[in-house]
Amino acid sequence: MADDSLILGHRLSEWCGHGPILEEDIALTNISLDLIGQATNLFQYAGKIEGKGRDEDQLAFLRYEKEYKNSLLVEQPNGDFGMTIMRQFLFDAYRLPLFEALTKSSDAQIAAIAEKSLKETKYHYRHSAEWVIRLGDGTEESHQRIQKSLDLLWRYSSDLFTSDDIQTEAEQNGISPSIEEIKGLWSKNVYSVLEQATLVIPDNKWEQNGGRAGKHSEHLGYLLAELQYMQRAYPNMEW
Amino acid sequence: MEKAQDILELERRFQEKIDNDIRIEPNDWMPDAYRKTLIRQISQHAHSEIVGMLPEGNWITRAPNLRRKAVLLAKVQDEAGHGLYLYSACETLGADREETIDDLHSGKAKYSSIFNYPTLSWADMGAIGWLVDGAAIMNQVPLCRCSYGPYARAMVRVCKEESFHQRQGFEIISKLAQGSPEQKEMAQDALNRFWWPSLMMFGPSDDDSPNSAQSMKWKIKRNSNDELRQLFVDVTVPQAEMIGLKIPDNDLKWNEATQHYEFGEIDWTEFWEVVKGNGPCNYERVETRRKAKENGEWVRAAAVAYAEKKKNKELAVEA
Repeated sequence: MADDSLILGHRLSEWCGHGPILEEDIALTNISLDLIGQATNLFQYAGKIEGKGRDEDQLAFLRYEKEYKNSLLVEQPNGDFGMTIMRQFLFDAYRLPLFEALTKSSDAQIAAIAEKSLKETKYHYRHSAEWVIRLGDGTEESHQRIQKSLDLLWRYSSDLFTSDDIQTEAEQNGISPSIEEIKGLWSKNVYSVLEQATLVIPDNKWEQNGGRAGKHSEHLGYLLAELQYMQRAYPNMEW
Repeated sequence: MEKAQDILELERRFQEKIDNDIRIEPNDWMPDAYRKTLIRQISQHAHSEIVGMLPEGNWITRAPNLRRKAVLLAKVQDEAGHGLYLYSACETLGADREETIDDLHSGKAKYSSIFNYPTLSWADMGAIGWLVDGAAIMNQVPLCRCSYGPYARAMVRVCKEESFHQRQGFEIISKLAQGSPEQKEMAQDALNRFWWPSLMMFGPSDDDSPNSAQSMKWKIKRNSNDELRQLFVDVTVPQAEMIGLKIPDNDLKWNEATQHYEFGEIDWTEFWEVVKGNGPCNYERVETRRKAKENGEWVRAAAVAYAEKKKNKELAVEA
């Protein structure tokens, strides 16, 4: 979860200064800030549980590519504004029910992080869903562009819900909700918004998975090269 | 004849208000030249905030840790916010936001030349906060008492945030100055590159600043360029000493009699060349903003079309 927040937060921060209107520049930066904040909280907690003395920065900046477990969706490049919005929408629609359920986690710290993140995610979801509808039902050009973004990104959406042994164990211990249930809620929201946006789910149902297992797309390496640049070039220093 | 006399009377009353420190508000009568001067100054200021996002934006994706990344993002976001208030302040004077922005893209409107210098290392984030925001505060604090109400009020809020920016910059550079030899060198190098351009931020020297006298009379400007520059030097030199960095000026010395620092001659040729467009990044900065607008054209068109459709649907339901 921390990796999802970090990588998507990083991607959104690339927009800073380049947004289509000033208000959107501010909105995307805001969402980026929230995600980086979530990543910080989650990494701090992960480091504590791990117990090897790694802090949030070591976890965020000093792992190898394979060790990042973010979904393939969040590492995809920004593309045009429509691509960024569609990526955000597919992600927010997953994060919203997830955080909602995690507020009832058996782990008090996770529940607390979820509580705070849920407030932010509600705003993110509203923002991205409204833009999907606006672009889908806007002009001919915007419709075509956002439909193309959906066509390209749809194949990565199932990767959000890939389960593994850790996920199964977390579900059994009541730390995490059932990921299948989250997927059900995601589908309901996504289908409803896409319909309002007059967009169609692509026919091609082939799925690209692997992010949760550390098997990424070619894009992540470049993102990490930039993200990790200072920590790698100037090791063991304080900033 | 009577009309000319009316105008004289309006001008007299206008100046009387200014002399009595009564704020001018958007619906009040004001001389055309006052309006034009304000539009020019506020829009330049707005453009500086927006273009100023780019040199720092250049390091957001390479910030060295999560905390620095978040703080830098928040800072650059504040600048976008300042740009928004300032464009709004401009609109109260009858200037259209889109046209104002187009003037930036066509090269007609200027912005602070400091943003035409590149950011080459992480230490530049420190130098910009410390020096550039520091200089901006010196320029902007007097503007909180500017005669034009909306501008003065926008400046109150902007100054609060700028002072936070200045502190975060100083914190970055101090940390580096106390760090490893590589970090210290990085900090000194940033100071070397940003010192002189920061002094240039106060504009030409008073002998060479044609608009200043009128702006002072209208209380748009409260202090001269050279006064503010001197204040900046006096405040900043001890800060550099405190963190063990050397100001790149061999003529710099304390004058006990005047209680001010004396400093070397500014390279005014460089200043005017950068103003004319020959700085290291003039082309890149404007081109980036122009592209952002161009690439966002379809998004703005979609937002307008959707709002229109929605309005029509609502009207149809009402009918």
